[in-house]
Amino acid sequence: MKKVKKLRKSTRSSLITYGLVILFFVIVQVMMITGNLSSSLRGQLVPIAAYIVMAVSLNLTVGILGELSLGHAGFMSIGAFAGVIVSTSLENQIANAPLRLAVSMLVGGILAAVVGVIVGVPALRLRGDYLAIVTLAFGEIIKNVINILYVGYDSSGLSLSLKSANALGLEEGGKVVLNGPMGAVGISRISTVTAGFVLIIVTLFIVLNLMHSRSGRAIMAVRDNRIAAESVGISITKYKLMAFVISAALAGLAGSLYALNFSTVVAKKFDFNTSILVLVFVVLGGIGNIRGSIIAAAVLTVLPELLRQFNDYRMLLYAIILILVMIATNNEKIKNLINRVTLMLDLKTKNDPKKGGAA
Amino acid sequence: MLKVNDINVYYGSIHAVKGISFDVNKGEIVTLIGANGAGKSTILNSVAGLLKTRTGSIEFEGQSILGTAPHLIVSKGLAMCPEGRRIFLQMSVEENLEMGGYTRKNQEAEQSLINVYDRFPRLKERRKQQAGTLSGGEQQMLAIGRALMSRPSLLMLDEPSMGLAPILVDQIFAIIKELNESGTTILLVEQNARMALSVADRGYVLETGRIVSSASASVLLNDDAVRKAYLGG
Repeated sequence: MKKVKKLRKSTRSSLITYGLVILFFVIVQVMMITGNLSSSLRGQLVPIAAYIVMAVSLNLTVGILGELSLGHAGFMSIGAFAGVIVSTSLENQIANAPLRLAVSMLVGGILAAVVGVIVGVPALRLRGDYLAIVTLAFGEIIKNVINILYVGYDSSGLSLSLKSANALGLEEGGKVVLNGPMGAVGISRISTVTAGFVLIIVTLFIVLNLMHSRSGRAIMAVRDNRIAAESVGISITKYKLMAFVISAALAGLAGSLYALNFSTVVAKKFDFNTSILVLVFVVLGGIGNIRGSIIAAAVLTVLPELLRQFNDYRMLLYAIILILVMIATNNEKIKNLINRVTLMLDLKTKNDPKKGGAA
Repeated sequence: MLKVNDINVYYGSIHAVKGISFDVNKGEIVTLIGANGAGKSTILNSVAGLLKTRTGSIEFEGQSILGTAPHLIVSKGLAMCPEGRRIFLQMSVEENLEMGGYTRKNQEAEQSLINVYDRFPRLKERRKQQAGTLSGGEQQMLAIGRALMSRPSLLMLDEPSMGLAPILVDQIFAIIKELNESGTTILLVEQNARMALSVADRGYVLETGRIVSSASASVLLNDDAVRKAYLGG
C-alpha cells in the first residue's frame, strides 16, 4: 500500500514537470501562429530546447550522481558535429528532413555516449574537484581536436584530414562539411521547435524514470554515502558510469539539435563558458531539481535577449554565483544549515506525525 | 568460516596492518579490540573489500575473496555495518532498509524487511521518518537492520557503541547477542573492550597493526595485561 502511495507522489511530481513543458510548448505554438512572437525570440526557441536538455542532463551528473562535471559542452560538441556530418552526408539518401534530423541526433547521442564511456571509465575513479578538473580538460581537448579536424563528403564517402581542407582531396562536387577552425558551414537547418519539444519530453522521460527506478536509487545512494552504498552491495563504478554516460548521451542529442538549427557552427561555441553556462542553469534551478533546471535554462537563455544590457554583466554574475556556490559547497556550516532547513521544511510538509504513526 | 591469513594493508606509505591472521568460526562472536589507530577498522574494511590488501589471503567459506569488489562480497553473505553508522540521512527509515536489500530479489527483500521490523519494532514505528532525524541509538539500529537486509551469514560490526549513551550501548549489545543466538556469526570491532568481551566467544587484542594476544573472551577479561591496557585496571 505504501509503495502505491509513494509511486503516486513521484508520478504526480513528474506529471507536473511534463505538463509544464507541454503547456509552454502550446503557448509558444499559439503565439507563433497568432504572430505574437518576435523574430529574435523565435530564433531562440531551438537553442532554449537544447539548453534545457543540456541542463537536465547535467543535473543528472551534478544533482543525482553528485559529481561536478565542467566539460558537459564537450559532449554537446561531439553530438553537434557528428549530427552535422551525418545530416550532410545523408542529404540525398534521406530526403525527409525530420527523419534525417532524428537519425543525425541519434548518431550524435550514441557517439557522445561512447566518448562518455571512454572518458568516464578512468575519470570516474576520481571524485569532487579532481573529477571537475579532468572533465574541464576533456572539454578543452574536444574543442581543440575539432578545431583542427577537416571532414569532407563526396560520392566516395566521408574523408578526414588533420591538415587542411585541400588535403581531403575531394572530387568535383564534393563538400567540405567541417572546415577546421572555420567550423561546419552551409548546414541545412533542419531542427524544428517540435523536434526540440520531443527531445525535451524524451529527456524528461529518461531522467525522471531513472530517478525513480532501482538504478536511480542506487545512484543517489552512491551520492549520499559512498561507503554505505558499497557496504550494502551497490557497484559504485557501474552506477556512476551509468549516470555519466546517460548524461553524455543526452548532451550529444542536444548538441545535434542545437547545431542543425544554425547554418554555421564552430567548435569554439562549445567551450568552457558553455559548460559553465549550463552549470549555472543547474545551480540556479536547484541541484537535483529537474523542474528547476528547465525553468532556469529557459529563463536564462531568454533573459539576455530581452535585456540586452544585462548581457554585459552576465559573466560577472556567473563569477559571483560560482564563487558563492564554491564557498557554500565547501563550507560544512553552510551545508549543515541547508540540510537543516530542508529537513525542517520536509518535516513540516511531508511528515505529519498522524500519518507517520499508522502502520 | 572467515580465514584471514597474514594480511598487510597500507595507507600510502603507512603500514597500517602488519601481517595479521585470525579466523572466525561459524556461530561465534569474535571481537577485535585495541586502542585508536590499532588497525581494527582497517581490517574490517579490507575484509569487506573497501580497502586494498597488499599481501596475504582472505577466505570466506572456503573461497578467496581477496580483490573481490565490495558489492560482490555482500552478495556472498558477508555484510558490514560501517563505522559511524553511515545511514542515508536523506532517505526514510524504510528506504534505508530497502537499500540494504539491494543485492536480493524483491520478494526476499520484503521478507527480510518483515524480519528486521520484527527484531526492531522501533524502526517499524518510524519507518516513514527521515533517517537523519532518528536518535543515535535508533540510527545504529537502522544501520544494523540495513546490514541484516542482505541476510548475511557473517555480519561485521564496526564500533556499534560509538557515541551512544551507556543504556543504549547495553541495548545494542543485547541485540548483537540475540542476533548471534539466532544464527548469525559476528565479527565485532570495538573500543569498548569490556562490553565486547562480555558478549564475545573469542577476542584478539591489537596494538599498532599487530595482534598481541588472542584467547577466549573470558580469559582476556581476566588477563592482567589486557585489564590494565584496555579495561581500566
